[in-house]
Amino acid sequence: MNKKSQKSQTSQKSQTSCILEGSQAIAQTINNIKPTVISAYPITPQTHIVEDLAKLKADGKATYEYVRAESEFAAASIVTGASATGERVYTATSSQGLILMAEVLFNIAGMRLPVVLTCANRGLSAPITIWNDHQDAMTIRDAGWIMLFAENHQEAVEQHLLAYKVAENLGLPAMVNIDGFVLTHTYESVNIPTPAQVKKFLPAYKPVKGTYLNPENPVTFGAFATPAHYMEIRQELHNALVNSQELIKKEYNNLKKAIPEIIKPTEKATKINNGLVEYYGPKNPKTILIALGSLVGTIKDVVDSESDVGVLKIKCLRPFPEKEILDILKTAKHAAVMEKAISLGATNGPMAMDIKAGAKNKIDTHIKSYVVGLGGRDITKQMIKKIIKDAENKNDAIKFIG
Amino acid sequence: MKNTKNNKSMLAPGHRGCAGCGELLAARTVANALGPNTIIANGTGCLEVTTTPYPQSAWRMPWIHSLFENAAGVASGILAALKQQKKDKEIKVVAQGGDGGTFDIGFGLISGMWERGENILYVCYDNEAYANTGMQASGATPWGSSTTTTPAGEGQTIDAIGSHQRKKDMIAIALAHGLNYVAQTTAGFLSDIEAKVKKAVTMEGPAYIQIMTPCIPGWKISPDQTLAMGRMAAKTGLYPQLEYINGELVNKTKITKPIKVGEYLNAQGRFKHLFKTEQGKEQIKYIQSLADANIKKYGLDK
Repeated sequence: MNKKSQKSQTSQKSQTSCILEGSQAIAQTINNIKPTVISAYPITPQTHIVEDLAKLKADGKATYEYVRAESEFAAASIVTGASATGERVYTATSSQGLILMAEVLFNIAGMRLPVVLTCANRGLSAPITIWNDHQDAMTIRDAGWIMLFAENHQEAVEQHLLAYKVAENLGLPAMVNIDGFVLTHTYESVNIPTPAQVKKFLPAYKPVKGTYLNPENPVTFGAFATPAHYMEIRQELHNALVNSQELIKKEYNNLKKAIPEIIKPTEKATKINNGLVEYYGPKNPKTILIALGSLVGTIKDVVDSESDVGVLKIKCLRPFPEKEILDILKTAKHAAVMEKAISLGATNGPMAMDIKAGAKNKIDTHIKSYVVGLGGRDITKQMIKKIIKDAENKNDAIKFIG
Repeated sequence: MKNTKNNKSMLAPGHRGCAGCGELLAARTVANALGPNTIIANGTGCLEVTTTPYPQSAWRMPWIHSLFENAAGVASGILAALKQQKKDKEIKVVAQGGDGGTFDIGFGLISGMWERGENILYVCYDNEAYANTGMQASGATPWGSSTTTTPAGEGQTIDAIGSHQRKKDMIAIALAHGLNYVAQTTAGFLSDIEAKVKKAVTMEGPAYIQIMTPCIPGWKISPDQTLAMGRMAAKTGLYPQLEYINGELVNKTKITKPIKVGEYLNAQGRFKHLFKTEQGKEQIKYIQSLADANIKKYGLDK
């Protein structure tokens, strides 16, 4: 670390660095981002985030409207109305709540509303589970949202700023996924951006006149489209989402320059880190493990003790950064996609399907699909080592390791 | 053809509603009574489909349709946004939907909105079935009505009579939420709709207006019967005009000589089957008892 960055870290620390629960870190970040309308419904493990936001309001430390909804479906609908009326909005949920919201989530994206949502990832019922996995997020991955996944508290903070910046710029909703309990209920040292710092990167939300509900400029939202129009509108949304990759990368770099203190620090073994992906490990490894979120932290520990293994962290699942992924994978002999999710009845995990389809006829890396950690099952270093070995096995069938 | 250029109605002509549509008549009356300083959240249904075929819109006021069941939630969000813009006193927020979106699928969100005590007017256009999808029964479908999911039949069981569930009493449910303004009227009395909307917007807190809107294809009536059916529904006692302020019934349209329900039912295709069987005739008697009970309950004859 050079002297300059050391100095800035120190001066920042006195102001904002603290040991916080992941949920607290997110709530404080959201408050400093200053959405004007928040609506939510409680669900484990999202609760601490919305409780903290309610308390900030009750303590007079926040100015947003906090609309208590009677369901996640209503919470998503409420932020839809507020966003369409030209305000910066926020909601958070988990698991059953996310899939109860599903109908609204598709609608929000279709109406191009820059809603930002935190999903404290949790498994799906039945059997009912409150523990972490990514089945909730995977279920709505086709909804038209930007979907970011955070490895730790600091990255969650960073991704919320990035989410708002890109969402408001492109008229696309964005979801920040943080592992339930693993991140929401654990304490880490984390830097929270001050409102002044946020403002430097993310100016107040001022939508263009005529693009929101206002009697001075009456517009119609949510018209119905016949076959003559529907397809083009959906294609436009798809293109906007795919093309948002460039802006995500660009704004990640801008954020790094604007508020370096709140970016997840770069580790020694990290070779690539942009808004979309991170690669940690040796150059030209034999095997690459691919994962989302907090699991990457455990994998990094294993990678440190291996000589020929790296880990590719996918920070942005939608839009799907195929080119970034293939560029990293192409020199490896084997790749193992480790997913805390399953597409029931399919031949691969949901993310493995994307990666395998992208890799076909483009790179020679042998890619395998592993289901791990469903419903909060611990993923141990031994399991990861087992997967590293198994990745060399020619058998292509999806494997459950747990 | 009439020149429509000078028409300044908030719900412009040229929409795709059926000729004689009770819902469009009522909705235009509501929109004009509200005026331009209003934002409307509309549920999915005939009103939405007929007025907003992309890229056209018949609405001259800010209007949003999100989903079938969430007009109330969307309206809450609009109000929250207006509060932040300090415009919630000058701009009226209105949510509206059909009976399916109100009595059934959107019921929970409406209850949530009322519970929050928000200053939002909810208008239900009640044509007593899911007319937009082809006249399936809803929680608002009255006893004995033949719908596509409660079809009249030739069997001997109760299923043969058409719908055999009581219409959900949304007025009582609205009152139970402690609403300051609750009213019921029909598309047979457009000036009554106008008066009630104008009254509702002067009240603080949530308000509910339920308007019976005869449906030409669904009720199997002709386009010139809309107003008459609305009036008859009120004058039988089946669908009385009511106005509650702070929980008190302050206005009702008196029925001095109630029309017998048979006359009302016989004018519509959806009840025709009741006149053909003994079992059907029993139902007409029962429906008459429902009308009589209303007259007594609300004191419509006094």
